[in-house]
Amino acid sequence: MQDNQAQFSGTRDYIASQELQNSVNVAVALGRPLLIKGEPGTGKTMLAQSIADDLEKELLIWNIKSTTKAKDGLYIYDTIQRLYDSQFGDHDVSDIRHYIRMGKLGEAFLASSQIVLLIDEIDKADIEFPNDLLWELDIMSFDIPETGETVRTRQRPIVIITSNAEKELPDAFLRRCIFHYIAFPDASMMAEIIKVHHPDLQQKLLEDAMAAFYWIRSIGGLQKKPSTSELLDWVQALTVGGISPEQIVVELPFLGVLLKKDHDFNTVLHRLHNEGHQVKSATGIPRLR
Amino acid sequence: MFINFFYLLKAYGVPVAITEWMTLMEALGKGMALSSLTGFYNLSRAVLVKSETHYDRYDLAFYSYFKGIETPIELTEKVLQWLKKALPPLHISPEERLKFQEWDLDDLRRRLEQRLQEQKGEHHGGSNWIGTGGTSPFGHSGYHPAGVRIGGESLNKSAVQVAAQRNFRGFRTDSTIGVRQFEVALRKLRQLSSKVEGPREELDLDETVRETGDKGGLLQLVWTRGRKNMVKVALVMDSGGSMDPYMRICSQLFTAMNRSSHFKDLRFLFFHNCIYQHIYLDPSCNMASSMKTEDLLHMLGSDYKVILLGDASMAPSELTMPGGAIDWSYSNDDPGINWLQRIAAHFDHAVWLNPIPAPFWDRATGNYTISVIRDIFPMFELTVEGLEGAIKKLKVRK
Repeated sequence: MQDNQAQFSGTRDYIASQELQNSVNVAVALGRPLLIKGEPGTGKTMLAQSIADDLEKELLIWNIKSTTKAKDGLYIYDTIQRLYDSQFGDHDVSDIRHYIRMGKLGEAFLASSQIVLLIDEIDKADIEFPNDLLWELDIMSFDIPETGETVRTRQRPIVIITSNAEKELPDAFLRRCIFHYIAFPDASMMAEIIKVHHPDLQQKLLEDAMAAFYWIRSIGGLQKKPSTSELLDWVQALTVGGISPEQIVVELPFLGVLLKKDHDFNTVLHRLHNEGHQVKSATGIPRLR
Repeated sequence: MFINFFYLLKAYGVPVAITEWMTLMEALGKGMALSSLTGFYNLSRAVLVKSETHYDRYDLAFYSYFKGIETPIELTEKVLQWLKKALPPLHISPEERLKFQEWDLDDLRRRLEQRLQEQKGEHHGGSNWIGTGGTSPFGHSGYHPAGVRIGGESLNKSAVQVAAQRNFRGFRTDSTIGVRQFEVALRKLRQLSSKVEGPREELDLDETVRETGDKGGLLQLVWTRGRKNMVKVALVMDSGGSMDPYMRICSQLFTAMNRSSHFKDLRFLFFHNCIYQHIYLDPSCNMASSMKTEDLLHMLGSDYKVILLGDASMAPSELTMPGGAIDWSYSNDDPGINWLQRIAAHFDHAVWLNPIPAPFWDRATGNYTISVIRDIFPMFELTVEGLEGAIKKLKVRK
């Protein structure tokens, strides 16, 4: 690519696949929001932090909740403060501008240098939420009717949006986004990710923990499969607990770190009891270098 | 260029809009395909496909469009030798790049073969011969938006091979998956009460504050109407013997429905093969826990959305004849088809979900009764996609 634009290539503590890097760079170059989906625990939210770190930009996070309205992201007119001030009479309440506070989107527009804006878990909000943001994300400006001002973006922010697919997003919104689905990492990528977080890990422990992990994931009927972040926690627990590699596949210690549901817990223990000796051979994971 | 790929994607069921296609062209214009088919594969997927459930269809379309243009191994080997010595990256202005946008892949491939025959050795930095760093469409580290990449990048799989692997088959919505997918689909079944009717009984805090503020601190209460999901659902399931093979998928739908807390009211009812004058309240279909179908129709208003779940496969007599019920102890004076029609007439919205895949409806053992029931109820197959279709149907009036 010829642009002088900085290229995202992952950071020291965040391994991004080539495809993901490309998607990020495409979104940045085209100035479109990047919509990220993927299994829980595949690092969707971490991605924005990593982009901000790698491109040396500031990160703003807008966490979406079920009650969040699109307007909250633009600005808030603090009428209560104004009411107080008018009653005590120690402030000038005639200028509404004192009572307009920028939301995250407004902040991002007004930032003096380009920033990374993460709109986290957009599907948590009401179904109409993304549609209400279409215009603002498209032209990156909005009006404040109370003061008659228009907020225009100085530097088009890099917008990263994550979704857990709890609600379907509207087509009109999707058409404006660049989309990337973070696939579950394969064994070799997973090994790389673990090494980044636990550089001093014994090779044997890594292999056995991964073998056990992929074996658990391969069990059908789990309500919630363990994900990358849980594996990282587990490896941490195994290291701190001083568990020897031999014990891992036989006993699956600290299983509660990987599995969060009673039902899953029992299923795995039951399977371990019946076919525990096969854990290693059944996984079919290639031996790692 | 590639315009046929656009139509092919549509034909494969990937919903692509013209605006997205224009975005792709813009990205290609900026050289974002990295002059490689793999780059193009990733780029166009990121820009055109907006759901992982469509990745598989994209892969299929991509494979069928680009399968012919794989670079043969022997050819690559030879050319790779020439490419070992690379030039530093070259910068091209956007105007120059525009010229190359007209190229199409068949054309490229033909030229590549032709040029291979003419070219006798290594070449670097030109605009025509196969080499590195130049603007020729063939080679690597060069810049050509529609070029054929030959080696050079660390990815050892070509885009077409990746597409052929169909890694995303598991995400297709037309295959039957799990409880969660059903839950997600069921969430679409909601209709918020409009704010125009009903009593104003919720305090509108924002408006109250605003009004009070406007009145300079004099408290002004503002009331509003709350928005609630008004959808009431009745799931009527066949629990007969012929449904046994589909037990798992049916119980998944059942679980998903059960977990959906957003309905105003949710009823589960059961029947055995076909509905007659009694309908059952639990899957065992005992007379002890049954109620008259007629009473049920009185009890449930016509605004209930009814989902019937069954294979619709039975002996024609069970559907059309008085006394045709499969239980010998049970006798019905009215044929089942009349009851089904009554149900269809009573409720404004009713659909039939069938666990038998749609392509087999004409060929399955129960094809006669399936076709009769399809005339009464809109029928959908019991997959995530089918359920979505059914829900769309349930949201609009007949």
